[in-house]
Amino acid sequence: MTLAPERAKAAPMRATGRRQASRTVARRRARWWALAFLLPSAVPLVLFFYVPMVRAGWISLHEWNLISPMRWAGLDNFRAVLGDPTTAAVFWHTVQYVLGYLPLVLVFGLGIALALNRRLAGRDLLRGVYFLPVITSWIAVAVVWRWLLNPTVGVVNQVLAWFGIDGPGWWADPTWAMASIVLASAWKDVGFVMIILLAGLQSIPAEVNEAAVLDGAGPWRRLWSITLPLLSPSVFFVVVISLINGFQVFDQVYAMTEGGPGGATQVVVQQVYDLTFRYGQAGSGAALSLLLFAVIMAVTVVQLWGQRKWVHDA
Amino acid sequence: MPRATGVRSWVLWLVVAAGALVMLFPFWWTLVSSLTDQTALGQSPSLIPDNPTMSAYRELFSRTPFARVVLNSLGLALATVVIQIATSSLAAYAFSRLEFRGRPVVFAAYLATMMIPMQVLLVPLFVQMKSWGLVDTYLGVLLPSTVSAFGVFLLRQAMNAVPRELDEAATIDGAGHLRIFARVVMPLIRPAIATFAVLSFMSSWNAFLWPLVILRSEELRTLPLALASLVGQYATDWNVLMAGSVVSILPMLALYILAQRHVVAGIAGTGLK
Repeated sequence: MTLAPERAKAAPMRATGRRQASRTVARRRARWWALAFLLPSAVPLVLFFYVPMVRAGWISLHEWNLISPMRWAGLDNFRAVLGDPTTAAVFWHTVQYVLGYLPLVLVFGLGIALALNRRLAGRDLLRGVYFLPVITSWIAVAVVWRWLLNPTVGVVNQVLAWFGIDGPGWWADPTWAMASIVLASAWKDVGFVMIILLAGLQSIPAEVNEAAVLDGAGPWRRLWSITLPLLSPSVFFVVVISLINGFQVFDQVYAMTEGGPGGATQVVVQQVYDLTFRYGQAGSGAALSLLLFAVIMAVTVVQLWGQRKWVHDA
Repeated sequence: MPRATGVRSWVLWLVVAAGALVMLFPFWWTLVSSLTDQTALGQSPSLIPDNPTMSAYRELFSRTPFARVVLNSLGLALATVVIQIATSSLAAYAFSRLEFRGRPVVFAAYLATMMIPMQVLLVPLFVQMKSWGLVDTYLGVLLPSTVSAFGVFLLRQAMNAVPRELDEAATIDGAGHLRIFARVVMPLIRPAIATFAVLSFMSSWNAFLWPLVILRSEELRTLPLALASLVGQYATDWNVLMAGSVVSILPMLALYILAQRHVVAGIAGTGLK
């Protein structure tokens, strides 16, 4: 019992020590839990993304036609790709696509989302209809749009003819081919943008708008000062995803024009595909694909950095 | 939610409905064209086929194993959805709820994979699958899509919106991470999971390039591959091509109509406030 006063003094100290110890244990345990939760996705991520990525880098340093043994080429492939005027052309076509596509899906997607966030008759059905093309495969969409935009027997030009308009050659005409691809892509993806923005709109608390109404704010004022700022994280998400996908545009180009006519719609990924599988220059194809990756990374980093300027709560 | 009233709301409704008709038209036109005789195609278009005929469909099913192709696509898509939801939600939980060193870096490493064009990975992946003997197998198609960085991102966002007080309450009740994950967080992010499930199904259903590279046998083919090879065979037989498009769209459409109620209700209901 002589130790009693000492123990009494030590007890609070020991308690803090124990708490610290239990916190370190918890933290160490959390690390193991994190590993367990991450492993099922991290293993395939490494095996099917990072390892092939490194291998692609290795291939880009070689001359290779996929069949005969690889020959070391150093940076020759990068030099050849950067010096090739086709590279500038395919990047320019890709930018044309992105510049046409992004404003279209953003403006229409936002408009539709705002409208279908109201209590309109048949709202769920309308939402479903706008989302419908999103679920359709690109090959089917491309086949359908080639038929709709067929220069001679397509329904679009036939309808234009009723109004005395001589419809353009669409995908068969170099000046209209990219517009055709943008049109089909916007039709296909606008529902995707709509649904992401709708989810964003629904997370805006109704009270905020009600309070603004009480303060006498009109609908436009509410849109600019409340809805759009609070929606900006969703818009940011859409822009980031759309740009990443936009720069990788391929399926619709492959299925609608195969880069034609006369290379007018040749985009970066189509060129990668052609270099690798048509011209037997897998090394140059890999080099170009890595160049594209670098551009996409740069565009995304710029956006992440710039989001502070316009994204609410970034 | 603002309630629309008066003339203005009717104008709005008309605009939105007209837009919906524009969205629907290509589908209707595909159906109409698939029911039109080859010789009547391209002459004076009408919204309802004058003499509907099933000849394009007979041609399609007698020449190609389309039923088998639909099943291939369906099986692969369902497997992809189940696997991706499992792997993505587990990772999302780690990024949303578990503290560990280097978390932002690991998360960035996940997101970075979204920026890698599939075409960069095509050749190295093919070489890898070949060395494992997985060329021309379902497993070869499936393996690269066992993980979705997009899914991790989407589900993490949803999990971040789930109040942490709920976890803390569960922890006090003696729940571990597995229980909090399965019983607290997952049920509350069901709308996000439904959305992701549809998107994931879609990406598998629509996948073209990777199956094209990895699959050889005709009986293993998926729908987009079968449709693309039709384009080669029936370049100008638009009615057969449209019939193929209808067949490739219909099963997805049916599934979407079934799942849409969950997705739309899930998003509209916002169970996470």
